[in-house]
Amino acid sequence: MDLAYTEEEQEFRARLRAWLAAVLPGLPAKPRPDDWPGRRAYDTAWQRMLYDAGYAGLHWPVDAGGRGATPTQHLIFLEETERAGAPYVGANFVGLLHAGPTIAAEGTAEQRARWLPPVLRGDEIWCQGFSEPEAGSDLAALRTRAVRDGDHYVVSGSKIWTSHAEVADWCELLVRTDPAAPRHRGISWLAMEMDAPGVTVRPLRTLAGSTEFAEMFLDEVRVPVSHRVGAENDGWRVTMVTLSFERGTAFVGEVVACRRTLAALAADARRNGRWDDPVLRRRLGRLNAEFRALWRLTQWNVSEAQRAGSGGVPGTGGSVFKLRYSHARQELYEAAAEVLGADSADLDREWVLDRLSSLSYTIAAGTSQIQRNIVAERILGLPKGR
Amino acid sequence: MDFQLSDDQRALRAGVRELLAGRFGRDRMRAALDAATGVDRALWRELGEAGFFALRLPEAEGGVGLGLPEAALLFEEAGRSLLPGPLIATHLVAGSVKGAARGEAVVAVLDAGQPVAHLGEADALLVLAPANAPRAPGGTLRDAAPVRDAAGPVRSADPFTPLWRVTDPVEAGEPLPGAGRLREEGALLAAAEQLGSAARTTEMAVQHAGAREQFGAPIGSFQAVKHLCAGMLVRAELARSAVYAAAVTADPVEIAGAKLLADDAAVRNARDCLQVHGGMGFTWESDVHLHLKRAWLRSGQWLTAAAAEEMLAGDLC
Repeated sequence: MDLAYTEEEQEFRARLRAWLAAVLPGLPAKPRPDDWPGRRAYDTAWQRMLYDAGYAGLHWPVDAGGRGATPTQHLIFLEETERAGAPYVGANFVGLLHAGPTIAAEGTAEQRARWLPPVLRGDEIWCQGFSEPEAGSDLAALRTRAVRDGDHYVVSGSKIWTSHAEVADWCELLVRTDPAAPRHRGISWLAMEMDAPGVTVRPLRTLAGSTEFAEMFLDEVRVPVSHRVGAENDGWRVTMVTLSFERGTAFVGEVVACRRTLAALAADARRNGRWDDPVLRRRLGRLNAEFRALWRLTQWNVSEAQRAGSGGVPGTGGSVFKLRYSHARQELYEAAAEVLGADSADLDREWVLDRLSSLSYTIAAGTSQIQRNIVAERILGLPKGR
Repeated sequence: MDFQLSDDQRALRAGVRELLAGRFGRDRMRAALDAATGVDRALWRELGEAGFFALRLPEAEGGVGLGLPEAALLFEEAGRSLLPGPLIATHLVAGSVKGAARGEAVVAVLDAGQPVAHLGEADALLVLAPANAPRAPGGTLRDAAPVRDAAGPVRSADPFTPLWRVTDPVEAGEPLPGAGRLREEGALLAAAEQLGSAARTTEMAVQHAGAREQFGAPIGSFQAVKHLCAGMLVRAELARSAVYAAAVTADPVEIAGAKLLADDAAVRNARDCLQVHGGMGFTWESDVHLHLKRAWLRSGQWLTAAAAEEMLAGDLC
């Protein structure tokens, strides 16, 4: 068990740190949360800077245009960028972390050449069309139909919870191509252009008041068959291949951010006198243990992925992490509300909006209940059931 | 960075598990419970021969020359197997008490205000310095007999851990060289025992949930039960990262966090394990109560939740 970084890893960190210190002061002001074109421009400009400096697609394989970095280097990258206050992956999220890696793993040479470079350069934005109104946790129940018509599919149906839909160029879409086949075997993965005729996007307002995601209605949208990645009806497997891609690094930046928030909370509590309340103080102390341990669990999972090599590891360690992390982060903002006292009703105070946003953490990307099923069945080996 | 067990560490863990399974398997564990023998001196010596106590002493002094991470792995196995006796105190002072390294001496620990475990069988007594005096020497050594003569036995809730109440103040004995970290290291090793117990009760619950049938199906196929088991694994694995990392860094705040999370994992996992076992979990025959009672006891030893949380809060400022 070794928590020390190798010389090579330390050099990587030092170079990155120097680069961040040089470029971050020149960034434009952050756009407002509801300024979607502004957000796209800001996020893609940052991606372009990463590309020019050789940090784009750090953890992508070299033959996909990435840098082939180790999971540990990726961890260092995410840790340092968060520490330095660099922009988050933002609108580039799906392209860099889901659609891109899927195409890299399962696409043809032609498909890789067409779609991967624009993702790395920040030229094109992807969104994800997986969930449907009737297919949430039970994703394989999806009903959006794709019917072959010559060298096109004609796609009709609706998708929901699609982040960045308003500004995306492409959508990674799961569709049903064989309604007669068993549920998991009749699904295909398509790349759909967002400006194709028949695509309608309707933003959804979250409980935090902003429009972070959208509903998408598809009315006989024509998608070329050549835009299918993987074999027809093999889309479920194609999608699952990507799930192990993050190799334990999915929440690195967020754990770093939580630890910073916790320190800021303690400082605020000292200023406003609430620190004298031992109940609150001990609660913050427990959260410190929690986030320190989550950081160590991240290092544990990343080291495990590193040992497993490029083959990746099953995402089950990620389920253990996400269950605890999502809960801890909600607890963090509950504690923040206590530190704020009466000001916790003021949306302009720091952490108040974060508290609202954090309510999605135990739902998005697999609810805690689904994660517990995964842990119980795939790690503990308990029988499937209801 | 390679935060995973090394091959040597895996081999060490497997070796200790095998040793304890052979020498303190379930039948012997239950026999020891029924006989209420306390510390089994023959087993104690075997543990000594296996390096349990001399693990961190330099090889030149007849020790094994390993470090805290390896000690954590050993004590994790001890926690799994419910091995009784003042293992931690004896390990901590193995270099200072004659015979302790070889398992020929039993060393109990006195922490003011707490009952003393295994005082009746102890040859020597480690007197811990108060927790609120972090810069004071970590502890001193005393002969156990005079303290025992002035102490009264407690009817211990943990049948494996006889307790003695010491009411008279105990004078400090001979100071221990380099003993500043006794409480921290004791807390870390206790956390490792809690981790072992938490992982074991998870296995017991999963095993039972997979075998026990009701409503025509294994109860582990029902989400109500499945989710309890998943929660147990999450607690144990978070505690594992915390304990192993604290063993590597030996950082006092990190140790406090590890103790806090491992106490929590051991107690709550034993509770959930008991719940999964239903009526059987409430019987003397089941091993669940042995884990829970020990976990409760360890939670109050070396570093309490209140002290750990205050330390962790102080670290934020």
